[in-house]
Amino acid sequence: LSCKVLSSVVTPCYCFVSPQIRVKPDNTGVVTDGVKHSMNPFCEIAVEEAVKLKEKKLIKEVVAVSCGPQQSQETIRTALAMGADRGIHVDVSGKDYENLGPLQVSKILAALAKQEDAQLILLGKQAIDDDCNQTGQMTAALLDWPQGTFASEVSLEGDKINLVREIDGGLEHIKINTPAVITADLRLNTPRYATLPNIMKAKKKKIVTVKPADLGVDVTSRLEVLKVEEPPQRQAGMKVETVEDLVVKLKEAGRV
Amino acid sequence: MTRDKITRSFQLHYKIKMLLKISNSSCCPTCFLQLVLPPVSTVMAGLLKRALRLRTALRCLCDYNMLSRSTATLSPVDFHSPFLTCSSEQVLASTRKLHAGADGSKVSPSAAPERLPFCRVTEEDLAFFRKILAGRTIVDPDLVEPSNVDWLKSVRGSSEVLLRPQTTEEVSQILSYCNSRNLAVNPQGGNTGLVGGSVPVYDEIILSTSLMNKILNFDSISGVLTCQAGCVLENLSFYLEERDYIMPLDLGAKGSCQIGGNVATNAGGLRLLRYGSLHGTVLGLELVLADGQVLDCLSTLRKDNTGYDLKQLFIGSEGTLGVITAVSILCPRKPKSVNVVFLGCETFEQLLKTFQLCKSMLGEILSAFEFLDSECMRLLNTHLKLPNPISDCPFYIVIETSGSDPTHDAQKLHNFLEEAMTSSLVSDGTVATEEAKIKALWSLRERVTEALTHDGFTYKYDISLPVERIYQLVTDMRKHLGNRAKSVVGYGHVGDGNLHLNVTSPSKDPALLAAIEPFVYEWTASCRGSISAEHGLGLKKRNYIYYSKQSQAVALMGNIKAMLDPKGILNPYKTLPDNLKQ
Repeated sequence: LSCKVLSSVVTPCYCFVSPQIRVKPDNTGVVTDGVKHSMNPFCEIAVEEAVKLKEKKLIKEVVAVSCGPQQSQETIRTALAMGADRGIHVDVSGKDYENLGPLQVSKILAALAKQEDAQLILLGKQAIDDDCNQTGQMTAALLDWPQGTFASEVSLEGDKINLVREIDGGLEHIKINTPAVITADLRLNTPRYATLPNIMKAKKKKIVTVKPADLGVDVTSRLEVLKVEEPPQRQAGMKVETVEDLVVKLKEAGRV
Repeated sequence: MTRDKITRSFQLHYKIKMLLKISNSSCCPTCFLQLVLPPVSTVMAGLLKRALRLRTALRCLCDYNMLSRSTATLSPVDFHSPFLTCSSEQVLASTRKLHAGADGSKVSPSAAPERLPFCRVTEEDLAFFRKILAGRTIVDPDLVEPSNVDWLKSVRGSSEVLLRPQTTEEVSQILSYCNSRNLAVNPQGGNTGLVGGSVPVYDEIILSTSLMNKILNFDSISGVLTCQAGCVLENLSFYLEERDYIMPLDLGAKGSCQIGGNVATNAGGLRLLRYGSLHGTVLGLELVLADGQVLDCLSTLRKDNTGYDLKQLFIGSEGTLGVITAVSILCPRKPKSVNVVFLGCETFEQLLKTFQLCKSMLGEILSAFEFLDSECMRLLNTHLKLPNPISDCPFYIVIETSGSDPTHDAQKLHNFLEEAMTSSLVSDGTVATEEAKIKALWSLRERVTEALTHDGFTYKYDISLPVERIYQLVTDMRKHLGNRAKSVVGYGHVGDGNLHLNVTSPSKDPALLAAIEPFVYEWTASCRGSISAEHGLGLKKRNYIYYSKQSQAVALMGNIKAMLDPKGILNPYKTLPDNLKQ
């Protein structure tokens, strides 16, 4: 694939450190103030794969894309430090950002792919804050491109792609045409650490900001969150002194 | 003492059986070998070489009197410089005797001395303990065994009783009783010490603080945490982090070590550079003295200049002056922004210049500056399969910054890194800002100790030196040992001037030990360094105290010990040198 452009998507997601996940008092969502944004681990793997393909000279250019508020630019910088060539920041903030879901993101990606004339879209399989696992699939559908999801191995053969997918029953080997959408699973690769020389170089790489409207995409959500609540508290266990006690307690609880 | 003789002859029978199995047995009473016929000694000499503890018995076979005379000449009577220096020939000669033994036999000063005449535990004693600690007086050998062996598996005691009190009152009753019965006591926290100070040498009763794990109070305005001595450091960290604070100290053993033990050993750790030592952060202590008296110095005041500050005496006393039962400690706020940087340097000089640059450009946000050498990285790669995040370099630095403003810190860090790169002080590096990556980078430094245990038998040295000379000791040691050692590595808190020098060999090797010691201690003394920067003296280093402290000072320590613990029942055989024993 010599003259093609690859697009890699980086999703900024909230990175929580347990036990700090707290539901907002009005049960409309999770508290996000003061919580760090960082790159979704699966997207990191996707960026790593894209950079690897570029290093093998199989693709020409890696473009990192992120949709979100100003902080998303940092996530793009990380991707640039890993080896992406340039970045596109789709500016979505405030209420729009809170309601941004897979459908809106996939519309944005589809528009960008057409604009940039990309041949391959690499995403993480799902974001770890919402676990939707829908963006890649929807993007492929909107573009009418083949999709290789849960990829644990990717290799390019001429203008086709060989993929190994991780499925419940084991591993599935498929061959798809390009242009295509691939979503990365955990075992695809181990993302590299961004080293200092690259971090310095990344500061000079370009990040272009666009608005969804510029791409002709409407980001209003079609979903309404009704309620967010914490899982039930784990009950304390009970210690017993003897085996007889244990049997009595189990009978009392109706377990035996 | 006929009862003793009868027990000893039974033990003799048992010990001969054990020796023939070349087992790493617990130490034997010294008179045992005096009963053994001389012809057996040559056979045993071979077996004895394998067991560090039995070396003391070897001393009995040789002329014991000669040896005790030579150790008596150890207290340097006349030397002109404050510390042992290479110019003090007389002193060096006597310390070499300490290592060689007056008759030339290779007895290590880190081996245990003979058992002091404490009483042994009787059924009546057990009945008393069971009365005050129902269900928490443990005599089952399988349950006592883990408390008899240290974390490095390098020393083993033969205690038969493990007591687990839950309150200060119980500790007081135990000590009062043991003092009156002349029973030796070994206070034990998390048992993660590296100098054999946490486990019994003979049959001392183990007094474990593991069940004293309650947090008593936390004041979220002043940040003062008050808790019992048996609280595990990591648990305290979790508790504080939920309340937006952190512990002022952090070490690799945090999952097991207890705060009482940390205070008793004046533990240093990874955050000392930023938050200072326990001498500054501990505000108060509650202790039980040797006679059972409870000393309540558990203040939570930041400033209190009323009389002598007694708690300072107990911080770092390694359980020999009193048993710590509660601690109040000043905790810093949890930093809003933490960054970890992993850098590679070509030479140690560049590492030091990077440190200078760090201090000037990162200044108040610097919270840790650690180093490891390429040998350490090799061990991490080989034994723990941890990959090197950057390219191979002779030296690696771990820098941590902690601050209250992420943007401000990121800017300072960026400026520092740019300067370090452009001036070629640093040849490669990477930065981490998220929890998972930060943990990964820290584990490269924190798990070196673990990697070493997989490499073979480890000889550990924890030395304080002038910062510019730290790595010189490692290179000199490598040259000195040549092929005798498997690996010689250096790593540690370079920001504090603290080197962890480790030498590994496939198995315990007395010849290697003789090559390492006293070379390492003499080298350290020649720079006026400390032979134990943060690990303490415990059992293994008690006799080396003169390399870093004047004899007058040590004598005064002995006086204080005699005043606070006249019968010497608290953690005997540890911390103070043998020739000070009453």
